[in-house]
Amino acid sequence: MTTRLARALPGLRAGLFGTRANTLVTLATLLLLWQTVPSLLRWAVLDATFTGDANACTRAGACWAFVTAKLHFILFAFYPPDLQWRPLLVIVLLCAILAASALPRFWGRGLILAWPLTIVACWLLMQGAFTATPIPSNQWGGLPVTLFVWALCFAAATPIAVLLALARRSNLGGLRTFAVLYIELMRGTPMVAILYVAMLILPMALPDGLSIDKMLRAIIMVTLFWAAYIAEVIRAGLQAVPNGQAEAATALGLGYWRIQGLVILPQAFRIVIPGIVNLAIGFLLATSLLAVIGIFDLLNAARASAADPQWLGFYNEAYIVVAVIYFVICFGASRYSQWLERRLGNNGAAPA
Amino acid sequence: MEHFRDSGRNAPVADRRVFHIVLSGPPRPGLAAKIQAWWGGWPWGQLALLAVFAALGTLFIGNVLENMARIGILPGFAFLSSSANFEIGESPIAFRAGDTYLRALVAGLLNTLKVSLLGCLLATILGVAVGVAGLSRNLLLSRLVRWFIEITRNTPLLLQLFFWMALAKALPAPRQASGVFDAVFLTNRGVYIPSLYFVGGPFGIVAALGIAAIATLVLIVLLRATGRLTRRSGMVATGLAVAAPFAFLLLVGARPAAELPALSGFNIRGGLNLSPEFAALLTGLVVKFAALIAEIVRAGIQSVGKGQWEAARALGLHDGHIIRLVVMPQALRVITPLTTSSYLDLTKDSSLAVAIGFPDLVSIVNTTANTTGQSMEALIILIGAFLTINLALSALMNIYNNRVALKGSRR
Repeated sequence: MTTRLARALPGLRAGLFGTRANTLVTLATLLLLWQTVPSLLRWAVLDATFTGDANACTRAGACWAFVTAKLHFILFAFYPPDLQWRPLLVIVLLCAILAASALPRFWGRGLILAWPLTIVACWLLMQGAFTATPIPSNQWGGLPVTLFVWALCFAAATPIAVLLALARRSNLGGLRTFAVLYIELMRGTPMVAILYVAMLILPMALPDGLSIDKMLRAIIMVTLFWAAYIAEVIRAGLQAVPNGQAEAATALGLGYWRIQGLVILPQAFRIVIPGIVNLAIGFLLATSLLAVIGIFDLLNAARASAADPQWLGFYNEAYIVVAVIYFVICFGASRYSQWLERRLGNNGAAPA
Repeated sequence: MEHFRDSGRNAPVADRRVFHIVLSGPPRPGLAAKIQAWWGGWPWGQLALLAVFAALGTLFIGNVLENMARIGILPGFAFLSSSANFEIGESPIAFRAGDTYLRALVAGLLNTLKVSLLGCLLATILGVAVGVAGLSRNLLLSRLVRWFIEITRNTPLLLQLFFWMALAKALPAPRQASGVFDAVFLTNRGVYIPSLYFVGGPFGIVAALGIAAIATLVLIVLLRATGRLTRRSGMVATGLAVAAPFAFLLLVGARPAAELPALSGFNIRGGLNLSPEFAALLTGLVVKFAALIAEIVRAGIQSVGKGQWEAARALGLHDGHIIRLVVMPQALRVITPLTTSSYLDLTKDSSLAVAIGFPDLVSIVNTTANTTGQSMEALIILIGAFLTINLALSALMNIYNNRVALKGSRR
């Protein structure tokens, strides 16, 4: 430990006090930290309340007792308390499939089959299949909703995105124009507007007698919306595959779909996986917009938890908890993306 | 045009022969053949698929119209001229309950534009500063910047907006607020900053800036069209366009004045008041997108090879010159297209205003849809407005991108 420190010390000294300008910058930064960190520390630790009820909390410091009391609500919102093992299982299932998808070792046909099965299982679990009373989606909430909507929309949008990207790259004028218009329309529109379409227009657009609940409507529209973004990333991958590949496959007598499915798309996907992971991180953050149309995702659940009359107004604490959850997932994912990029860059050949 | 005529007159004989051969070649494909070639293979399948999409669209729109008719709402945009019975918290143009819906929507659009433009400007300034600070050789500073960027990038914008909103509400009341240099007051009724204005002129400072911006744009486009746009003529044109409206104001006898906000009674008077919602939205957008732009700036500067720095040093240039003459022109080629998409995202994300109660276009559209029932028309207006803003912004940025792009690689 001490030897490592001794080895790091010269670099540290050069990095902090190397030149006169550098010393000045260090001092200015320290001054800034001196102004902010102590008061933050006082709020978060020294003046904070860790146990007790709302009356024990002072306004001077953070009220972490609020978090211990309301963490359950932030994570699961209004889901019936005695059935909360179901959303918990949903989280576990989704984490498992995400972990499997993250490891190149598991990439293959099995994974593509496992995704829809997992989604269906999660759906059944959430809506309370095999219980006496099904649980309507307006009681779903918290982390499972965020993760589930994210995974479902992403999984459903990807096949649509592949078709859109292929159409945009094809020489079929009609479909190409359609794909271009669709993609540009979606990408030029804010997601909030798409959610309003799900909330205001979709119920009116459906035929009489067919009504679907708000959660499903949001999922449909968000899927269609994200498909445009994923399509653009996949298109970049398609463009990066050399023409010779398609020509060689044609020479072998393969038809269009087999060329795309067996030769082009696997290579294109390998190229754009880091881009898709970055997109997925952005999408996870974007699921928080569901709060705008009144779905109790993680963020909205946190906001609702601070509106509890017993624990009124501890918004900052609630937001910090949620921020930590989002940060852990997204920071981990972006680190994973960097690792994957290095790995795929190192051995361009398909890992077994 | 001049160029073509010249080369035609002096063209060698061989060229004329080539011209002749081309003319007497096979007939050029007709319109029908061109369309057929463009439409490509699988003609009937495409047609059938598009017909299915069209039928679905017609079915949905038909259902919407039918449902509207059933609850007694007339489809169309006639509602725009009827009076809107709601108030708007803040608006660049005067708006009272009872004015038309059109005016309400314009007010919302102006609010969206205001926050987007200011957001782009401030996020660029802060983002470049943070990006350069992140590249600093100072370990403490670059580490601090790293953490700032990671935290802002990996938490949702909406969460950050909620946080800034909670912060804005938790600021002290005006009476307790302490000013920064007695010029800026952060209070729970908003942020007060000094205001600049002209006394006794026919138009104000905002209008003057607007005229300056439009005049600059017109002059640049004119110069471009006549092929006389250079760095120098562009600067002169911009200078003239900016100076003219202000010179006019001074000539007609308007006097510039500054007003500091000051506490009087229970409130702060004078100066410019930014509402808590506006301040929170602007801060949230600026902080989030500054972090994104900082990353872009870092990537752009790092994309310039080390050899470029070394070669420039060998030529005896000092750091300031190297950055301005060698690094920046190359880094901008990477930075500009990425920043463009950041600006577009910022404009779209300004729609989150609806979640914290700032009356931007989205929230006005939402209110309009709820009070009139004309949700389809309202959303068409919303989506149309955002598409127009996006197209205009990307067209502008494309012009700029063409200027910084590698010559010869223009597409």
